[in-house]
Amino acid sequence: MVTPAPHAPTALEEELRRLAGSVPDPELPMVSLAELGVLRGLRVLAPGRVEVELTPTYTGCPAVETMAADIERVLHDRGVPEVEVRTVLAPPWTTDAISAEGRRKLAESGIAPPAPRRAAAGGPVPVELTVRCPHCGSTETTLLSRFSSTACKALRRCETCREPFDHFKEL
Amino acid sequence: MTAALALGDDALVLSHRLGEWAGHAPVLEEEVALANIALDLLGQARVLLSLAGDEDELAYLREERAFRNVQLVEQPNGDFAHTIARQLYFSTYQELLYEELARGDGPFAPLAAKAVKEVAYHRDHAEQWTLRLGDGTEESHQRMRRALDALWRFTGELFEPVEGCEVEWSALHGAWLSRVTAVLTRAGLSLPEGPRRGAWAAGAGRQGIHTEPFGPMLAQMQHLHRSHPGAAW
Repeated sequence: MVTPAPHAPTALEEELRRLAGSVPDPELPMVSLAELGVLRGLRVLAPGRVEVELTPTYTGCPAVETMAADIERVLHDRGVPEVEVRTVLAPPWTTDAISAEGRRKLAESGIAPPAPRRAAAGGPVPVELTVRCPHCGSTETTLLSRFSSTACKALRRCETCREPFDHFKEL
Repeated sequence: MTAALALGDDALVLSHRLGEWAGHAPVLEEEVALANIALDLLGQARVLLSLAGDEDELAYLREERAFRNVQLVEQPNGDFAHTIARQLYFSTYQELLYEELARGDGPFAPLAAKAVKEVAYHRDHAEQWTLRLGDGTEESHQRMRRALDALWRFTGELFEPVEGCEVEWSALHGAWLSRVTAVLTRAGLSLPEGPRRGAWAAGAGRQGIHTEPFGPMLAQMQHLHRSHPGAAW
């Protein structure tokens, strides 16, 4: 990976980055790409030519292509004719990259946000009893399956209100 | 690039095998879990094969003898215990391998650093099921025992050095053995005995020698692309 020397973003770059970051996640439309922490950078390479760096949540995340297309569309609409969206893997995305606002929106939509990761990097967090039910707030919840509607979520059930819910699992 | 093909083919072939469970898994949650694991592996395969060439050409247009995956991952799903035994053997290996690769600064480091976190969940899934099946009913215990025994002879190949991967293979093997032993002991099972490779063919996938079930799997995986080159939807 060749990364040119970083420079302070210009006003235009900041504006375009805000625009690209405001694109909603295709699978979790309540959060934006900026809130999810997957937008890594945006550079104006030449007048009318912009490069965007995007990192996938999971390596096989099928939403990446839609994200790239959506970013291209909003930047085209803003008058940038040439947009190149590059996928970068390093450093790997973690759930710690989700902003506080993003976590609040997830919880509001019935998805329990991820806990901050432990110091020991990587690995599943062992069955922990503190995932709070996003419906009633109870901490009495149990794991039904580590894999749910998308790769990034686990399926849990609240023992108090008996409702199942998705938990954005720690990565 | 030999190593990119070896690691990429492992991920691709296992992804396809796990995908075969779609519509057949014992419960809905498991159907979703296996499909999610398959999706993670497919994502890894795409990155790895892209390091070696055009991902679609490599996946869909190579002949059987050009695939470099270990024979373990091409073994048929069998019953659910067979799938779990294959997952336990392979994901334990893949997690240790990616941990090693992530520490280096080779071409696989970025992918390995990312994918190791996904594979940790795959390994955990396999371990949880090994415990449930081994420590479950007499029937589940017998099936898990049979599956572990049947696939044991394909595990020796996992530790054949892959050219281009800077890994301490004997240390990897030792770590694998102790992790698998620990899980099996907790599950009331024991490590299979017997050879780690057969005299006949087991253990030559990295050289392009594959077992009989691989051909039909490949035919199914490739037929759409070969019948309709460049088809998209």
